[in-house]
Amino acid sequence: MTTRRFLPVATMTLLLVAVWYAGALWLNAPQAEEALVRAAKPWGWTDLLAQAYGMKRPILPTPDQVAVELWNSLTGTTPTSPRNLLFHAWVTAEAALTGLAMGLALGTLLAVGIVHTRTLEYSLLPWVIASQTIPILAIAPMIVVILGNLGLTGLLPKAVICMYLCFFPITVGMVKGLRAADPLWLDLMRTYSAGGLRSFWSLRLPASLPFLFASLKVSVAISVVGAIVGELPTGGQAGLGARLLSGSYYGQTVQIWSALVMASLLSVLLIGVVRTVELALLGKAGAR
Amino acid sequence: MHTAPPPRSDGASTPVPASSAPADGPGHPIVDIRGLSLIYPTADQPVTALSDVSLSIAKGDFVSLIGPSGCGKTTLLRVIADLERPTSGRIAVEGLSPEQARLKRLYGYVFQAPALYPWRNVERNVMLPLEIMGLPAAERRTRARAQLERVGLAGFERKFPWQLSGGMQQRVSIARALALQPDLLLLDEPFGALDEITRDHLNLHLTQLWRATGKTCVFVTHSIAEAVFLSTRIVVMSPRPGRILDVIDCDLPRERTLDIRETPEFAAIAHRVREGLKEGHSYDD
Repeated sequence: MTTRRFLPVATMTLLLVAVWYAGALWLNAPQAEEALVRAAKPWGWTDLLAQAYGMKRPILPTPDQVAVELWNSLTGTTPTSPRNLLFHAWVTAEAALTGLAMGLALGTLLAVGIVHTRTLEYSLLPWVIASQTIPILAIAPMIVVILGNLGLTGLLPKAVICMYLCFFPITVGMVKGLRAADPLWLDLMRTYSAGGLRSFWSLRLPASLPFLFASLKVSVAISVVGAIVGELPTGGQAGLGARLLSGSYYGQTVQIWSALVMASLLSVLLIGVVRTVELALLGKAGAR
Repeated sequence: MHTAPPPRSDGASTPVPASSAPADGPGHPIVDIRGLSLIYPTADQPVTALSDVSLSIAKGDFVSLIGPSGCGKTTLLRVIADLERPTSGRIAVEGLSPEQARLKRLYGYVFQAPALYPWRNVERNVMLPLEIMGLPAAERRTRARAQLERVGLAGFERKFPWQLSGGMQQRVSIARALALQPDLLLLDEPFGALDEITRDHLNLHLTQLWRATGKTCVFVTHSIAEAVFLSTRIVVMSPRPGRILDVIDCDLPRERTLDIRETPEFAAIAHRVREGLKEGHSYDD
């Protein structure tokens, strides 16, 4: 990374950390003051700061508290232990990726249908859009209950919730992508007397890939959100959602925040993977 | 963009091959057009793109279609390629209907724009028609390399279209059309978007290629100099309705260099083409 890119990022990060510390002081100060008053000893500014930044259950934990919690969780236990955040991140990632794969299949299938059949465009598209107006928090427990009733528990209900969120950007992107082929490119296929299937594989599908990857980057991030939401109604045995839930039961704000940081790291990692695949597949062709 | 063929008025006007005899040997018509018309039905009133066009193109000829925009020169080329369907009249391509000729991949088509697929490198662009033909991979590569060498692009196989200049891209698209090894090459203003220096260079390239391969070329252009330099025959067309005004024999020697454009013979033919265009009111506002 060049200095020109590094400097703005570093400045912004420092600024955010400063705001975070200020916010922590502002939110935690009333409780900290109460504790100092209760101790009935003389205290000054430094005592207040130490108290506000060192509480066991702060309203807002400080970045260093979250970092220590993350570090202890990642290094203090084996990655397969339920006390390790890597274990929970993997459980969530598994559901998110399975759901993404299912969403990719469903989204592509719908897009192909919509592009090739005018009737499907009119009959299906309104439902596709309507499906996204329902809040996922409302429908997620229903999905878990219904699938649980059918004997399906564990990974699958979560993956279905992810799929429900993922397929929409993929359908929209692919419909646009499959229609992105230049008329001249289509004429060219006709002069080769290429059939419909041939044109699809050699022209329409590759022409749609840049659109697909734009959609995938959106989808992979909301898939992680979907997996976390899916872990809440299951009672929370494992996964980042489960950590959030148990953290809020016991008022463990440091645990909640470290799970949140882990979730965003997971999303960043998965988007990075999608970006890498995109570069490998389209790198040179896309570098216009 | 190619749309559904316009409705045909009746069975009798369906274009049928003019002759079922196979067209081969020099001098034999490779394209034979008789009384061809094409009318686009539009919302307010039908537009006559081609009106009673008759033209015979002999094997080995280099025929240029020249005229102002709207004269139907591109439409005529697209009819030969079965990218448009005529409303009436007869047309035969190598003794077959245009559709049969297209299905048998008897011609190579070069568009105004290079129309290269950006996600394929140069070599894989040239191999595309061969993939569709179902040729084995080794032969695809051999043929693609040979054609790229023919257009002077050996060594550029692994480049992507965006890494090439406009002129080089158009040469790739010519190599791609040649890869099918057709006897007939249809070129729709292939150098129209290029600067004059590049255009001169590619004209020289094309005439050498034509002489070396003996292919029949049908070339759409709106440049008089280009038409005279390249052609054995020049078809002068006129708009509203699109029709043929004159067919001019261009009997310059087959071996041509850019210097030929300075000769009186060249000037005389160019003058005749210009007169023909004037006659068709091409210079009116």
